[in-house]
Amino acid sequence: MLLSEVNQLLGGEVIWGRELAARLWVESCFAADLMSDVLAFAQPGALLLTGLASVQAAHAADVADLVAVLFVGGKRPGEAVRELAAVKGIPLVTTEKSLYEACGILHQAGLRPGHRHSSGASPEGP
Amino acid sequence: MSGEVLYSESFTIRGNDFEHGGDVAARVKAILRELRIPPDVIRRLSIANFEAEMNVIMYADEGELLLEVLPGKIRVQVRDRGQGIPDIELAMQEGYSTATPEMRQRGFGAGLGLPNIRRNTDEFLIESTPQVGTILSYAVRLNARPG
Repeated sequence: MLLSEVNQLLGGEVIWGRELAARLWVESCFAADLMSDVLAFAQPGALLLTGLASVQAAHAADVADLVAVLFVGGKRPGEAVRELAAVKGIPLVTTEKSLYEACGILHQAGLRPGHRHSSGASPEGP
Repeated sequence: MSGEVLYSESFTIRGNDFEHGGDVAARVKAILRELRIPPDVIRRLSIANFEAEMNVIMYADEGELLLEVLPGKIRVQVRDRGQGIPDIELAMQEGYSTATPEMRQRGFGAGLGLPNIRRNTDEFLIESTPQVGTILSYAVRLNARPG
């Protein structure tokens, strides 16, 4: 579904990227407050749900190739996060719903888990 | 380090500079995009760089990230000056962490940083001297199978 539809479903508010949200297609979601979990397990192209309203959430979304960030629990990111999102072209949405409730609603609406398995790359010294 | 270096740039990372945590990883990502490096290579390296950058911010006084583009791989070395790592084997265990509350509030410090770097790279080496600092060296090969 479109990110704008996700926003409607959750009674949310698009903080940045309203026009982009109206044409951005979302197929999967990944929910976490630990950014290392996002970096380790989020599938590229997923929507990130998080209660962490810091620049690191926006950076993690960018680094992990996630399409947008949805802040739960009424969290609103500050100016630095909005500026970073604008530079990266990553829409930001906020909802009053809790992480649990937001996940339940979106899962029931058909969005699948955006979780990838680790690569198991074997290390050797460079 | 051997091999022809096609591109090289160094970036400074300041310890405890949480406000800019991720900026260096973002700049390197932008450079790799301009160099038309394959997207999956960029993603894996960006994850590693972000984790390495946050480690310097969280645990060191200051550090540098050196980016080198070679014909067959992208190589990164992150050197820092700080407390170092007393037990590397322990630090490599998922979940082992010495994080402060501020680190956890930022979404890091869960003990996944070094394992995440190793998981996303094809070559990985870590050297550390307690009370001196740490050198992290890793690389992603351009012809490796995506993770």
